[in-house]
Amino acid sequence: MAEIQEKGDSGKGGGKKRAKKSSTKVDMTPLVDLAALLITFFMLTTTFNKPNTMEINMPVDPENEEEQIALKASNAMTIILGENDNLYYYFGLAADNPEVIESDYSANGIRKVLVSPQVKGNEKMTVMIKAMDASRYKNVVDILDELKITDTRKFALVEYSDADKELFAQQQIGQ
Amino acid sequence: MPKVKVKRTNPSLDMTPMVDLFFLLVTFFMLTATARQEEALVVDTPSSVSELKLPDTNVITITVGSDDRVFFGVDGQHTKEALLEKIAGKYGVGFTEEEKKTFSLLNNFGVPVSQLKSFLSMQSSERENVNQPGIPIDSTQNELGDWVLQTRLTNPKVVIAIKGDNDANYSTVQRVIDILQDRKVNRFNLVTDMEAMPGSSSE
Repeated sequence: MAEIQEKGDSGKGGGKKRAKKSSTKVDMTPLVDLAALLITFFMLTTTFNKPNTMEINMPVDPENEEEQIALKASNAMTIILGENDNLYYYFGLAADNPEVIESDYSANGIRKVLVSPQVKGNEKMTVMIKAMDASRYKNVVDILDELKITDTRKFALVEYSDADKELFAQQQIGQ
Repeated sequence: MPKVKVKRTNPSLDMTPMVDLFFLLVTFFMLTATARQEEALVVDTPSSVSELKLPDTNVITITVGSDDRVFFGVDGQHTKEALLEKIAGKYGVGFTEEEKKTFSLLNNFGVPVSQLKSFLSMQSSERENVNQPGIPIDSTQNELGDWVLQTRLTNPKVVIAIKGDNDANYSTVQRVIDILQDRKVNRFNLVTDMEAMPGSSSE
């Protein structure tokens, strides 16, 4: 390819036969092909092999329960991750029997709620994530992701409590 | 009459510098690339927009499979050898030098300490086929906690990464997190796949 054999001596030259000189050059094209292939391979494997991570810092378990500051109902939002990729949320505390609203993980679901003025407009708003035992790990990562996308900084992973169970039983959701 | 010789330009290029450069690059990428290590448990991690990268060294990887088996892995051969010695002392199991060597080459594993000796004495082909039950994480037999604690004592620089499958039950992951928090580990990484930040162009 790169080395084009020179021809066309036979027409001229008046019948003089020239001794064919063997070229000292080596055709390097296959070598270059191979090297380029290897470069591509190693370049792609090195860059794509590194996994991404999501760093989370869990709050340090307090020594005694009394030291914890109770969260005001107006600053609380709870997201509950249910079975079969269901998602519910409510504002306030479970004890006040708030309305549980069903949502989903799509861009029009929980993300709209998280950017709504009720959440974004309140600096003290704390989002509590409670995952039911039946929820999948993917759900938790998805919701953490949504919080990151919406730049919600104050959140906590909390255990799904009995109060929530009662609330769900009362409103007959997720049964 | 002398013939006028037409000087023909040679169409062939000298490729030697190009080849030199290419091989230099190949060598560079070959040496920097780390061979993809064999995973005892294949997991499909969820995707996230997070762009943080997991460090290359000093990482404990706790893998949670879709069937809720928990595997433990740490990098560094010396760390692993020292770790196995500590665990052997704690659980009163003796390991031969050969078994220690095998352990130091394992990427991750999921067998209880009681079965670890027989697991390590297997041939590597046998080991691939054996069904590993996962590391016990229940409160009566919390071996994962010991592994994590001893690893951190061996190598204080380690960071902990949790690599969970999409379909793993959250309760298992929660249990793993609880174990870590019991051991005063409050910062860890969740291993995820890449995903584009949504609406970055429209917003």
